[in-house]
Amino acid sequence: MNALLNWLDDRTGYKEFVHEALYERIPGGARWRYVWGSTLVFAFMTQVITGVFLWMAYSPSSTTAWESVYYITYEMQFGWLLRGLHHFMAQAMVVLLAIHLMQVIIDGAYKAPREINFWLGLILMQIVLGLSLTGYLLPWDQKGYWATQVATKLMTLVPVIGTKLQRLVVGGPTYGHHTLTRFFAMHAGVLPGLLIGFLVLHIAAFRRHGITVPNPLYRRDSMFWPDQVLKDAVACLGVLMVVLLLTIFLGAELGAPADPSQPYSAARPEWYFLFLFQFLKYFPGETEIWGALIIPGLLFGVLALMPFLGKWKLGHRFNVAYMLIMLAGILLLTGQAWMEDNRGPKAADYQRAVADAEMKSHRVRELIEISEGISEKGGRALLRSDPKTAGPELFKTNCSVCHSFDGHDGTGRPLEKVTAADLGKFGSRDWLKGFIVDAGGPKYFGATVNGSFNGQPLGDRFANGAMSQWSKQHAPKMTGEEVSAVVEFLLAQGDRADLGPVDQELAAKGREVYELGSLDANAEGAEERACLQCHEMVIGGTPLGTQGMAQAPELTAYGSDKWLRDFVLNPDAPHNYGDRNAMPSYKDRMTQEEFDILLKWLRRQWLERKPGSAAAH
Amino acid sequence: MDHQPQPESGPVQDFLNAQEPRRDFFTQAAAVITGSVLGIVPLFAGLAVFLDPLRKRTRRKDGAEAGAEVEEGFLKVAALDGLLQGGAPRRYEVIDDRTDAWNLFPQEAVGAVYLVREGETGVRAFNVKCPHAGCSVDYKPEASCYQCPCHDSSFNAKDGTVANPNSPSPRGLDELEVKLVDNAVWVKYQEFQPGTSHKVPEA
Repeated sequence: MNALLNWLDDRTGYKEFVHEALYERIPGGARWRYVWGSTLVFAFMTQVITGVFLWMAYSPSSTTAWESVYYITYEMQFGWLLRGLHHFMAQAMVVLLAIHLMQVIIDGAYKAPREINFWLGLILMQIVLGLSLTGYLLPWDQKGYWATQVATKLMTLVPVIGTKLQRLVVGGPTYGHHTLTRFFAMHAGVLPGLLIGFLVLHIAAFRRHGITVPNPLYRRDSMFWPDQVLKDAVACLGVLMVVLLLTIFLGAELGAPADPSQPYSAARPEWYFLFLFQFLKYFPGETEIWGALIIPGLLFGVLALMPFLGKWKLGHRFNVAYMLIMLAGILLLTGQAWMEDNRGPKAADYQRAVADAEMKSHRVRELIEISEGISEKGGRALLRSDPKTAGPELFKTNCSVCHSFDGHDGTGRPLEKVTAADLGKFGSRDWLKGFIVDAGGPKYFGATVNGSFNGQPLGDRFANGAMSQWSKQHAPKMTGEEVSAVVEFLLAQGDRADLGPVDQELAAKGREVYELGSLDANAEGAEERACLQCHEMVIGGTPLGTQGMAQAPELTAYGSDKWLRDFVLNPDAPHNYGDRNAMPSYKDRMTQEEFDILLKWLRRQWLERKPGSAAAH
Repeated sequence: MDHQPQPESGPVQDFLNAQEPRRDFFTQAAAVITGSVLGIVPLFAGLAVFLDPLRKRTRRKDGAEAGAEVEEGFLKVAALDGLLQGGAPRRYEVIDDRTDAWNLFPQEAVGAVYLVREGETGVRAFNVKCPHAGCSVDYKPEASCYQCPCHDSSFNAKDGTVANPNSPSPRGLDELEVKLVDNAVWVKYQEFQPGTSHKVPEA
């Protein structure tokens, strides 16, 4: 064995190299305060290892990035661990970097002859921050997408070349495939390459001048190996433990897939950039460049000048004080940003945006699990075509100008004016019952009193119209069973999967009430009470009663997709409201796809996980 | 392999010691130039592709739906009667073909606008993107203004001008050209560079 090692040493000279690496003399002995540089190297090694393996499963394009990260996180074995380690170690690295820098400043390790090494350290810091900025975008979720969007927009502030620079970084006029390919090349190739290069120089320069020892007589001198190495290793173990705990108990989050048309009001940079984000709020109008570039640049410039400032008599104290003021400023701004998002007057908006984002990220996961995969159109299309997610926004844009939904605009915000029926539980037993009993009530036709159509006010045309009159006159005379029966009968026409099974017996009675007005053949005024008096209906191809007596919308397949579609597209057709119509047609108001989604949402027809079953409709 | 013992003196060594290796200019220049060419060719190829996004591309804009009624660049975003007179601004998605490098996504949401009705026949349109840093602004009915969720810029509901003078945004919301054809609202959807006091269209 020894002969073999000698042979190897003869040809490579490795022994000298190893000796030089391990047997560095540490005046004053090994100490805990020297561990920070090593923890950073360890953190970087972790990032290289986890990063390379993530690389093997990641696909940078706007239709595959989020999807591949989803697959890593939720489908691949221990993918959550790999991604979690990478995610949290990146954050640990920033913290360690700050500690290392502070240590260097406090110990005066920036002073001659270590100036160059101090600057190398600052360059390394910029590279690490560049890595975290580029890495934040790669999962292509809403959070990373919108936060990075702000960062790259700020690049346009650079004088003269700003817009060109931004375009080069983004890879085109807008975010897309090439933004990801570029960011990924930077993140996994260019920046780590630079980092390794500068790290070699940094460590070589460090070895040349040795450790900066505050008091060399602290203890007996010792060697790097094994005394300091053991301390370093224990510190690294501590870092690893923290990262592991965060990975296990917090986990690396993955938001909903990025969607340029879905604004994300909870966009915030990573927490360690929050102070810069907050700082920008204080620069109105065209002074923005001061907050975004000039002042941060100057502050960093002073940091870089520390080796020179340190030569002045009080220089070291100045440097330490400067560092503490910077730290206090960063903590203050970060605290302010946090307070505004959690306690301030605008906190509610932010919290709502966060809740919405979380809901969407859960929902997309649910959709993928129910449909057992993501189509080639990607996760974004999955959410966009999901009635449960996209319906509220479509209702808000297209319907809420007249209709309310459970009292709000579909998305949960109050409405300024309601001039048509509340469609919140449209077609349900409660909704139908309410309509029959009180059609002129404020939740139904009563809301129309403030409405107008084609410039003509509606007045009480509906609020006191035939159906409202019928409710007042006939509903009180009906028995509870008769009301429930006719509700069940109408419900049965709608083919609704979400409202529970139809009570066929009750529905059959309901048909009797619909046709004859009562279950009791001798009931007073039953004939004029019959729904069929005004509302025609065809069941199984056979019309009930005689045709041609309609004064009100036909109720064939009432509440079904077909009925609703026809009603919304042709409200003024003779078999619907005819010339009494006061609802605009929805032809050409939205795309076919949007229309389908909206109707499905109104009928609560969307993919939902059934308890105990993997996939259910 | 062991080294051969080198003779300390002898005719060969004398010759080597007597003459410094020649470093004439021509050889040096040739080495530098050859070396540079070796680097420049791959670098040129790489940079040329890297700089491709700076090249102006003519964006395909078909007014297929537009017919003769509306000029090029206008997109139909809403129906006029969907906007209440005197009502709050409403947000509409703008649908167009979207090109992303090698992919064409037909008829996708490429952005969004706020529409505000002004009188019987007037409609004003504003790009939802905050001119500060490009976040989408929210409409706040309780304050009758648009509020940016990122850095707190606020804009007046009716005309999009900056509401709070402390807003970081250097200009009001970007107003877009509107054309009304029958009941349809057509908007010339454009994006503008952020951070400047005047509107500079994105190329």
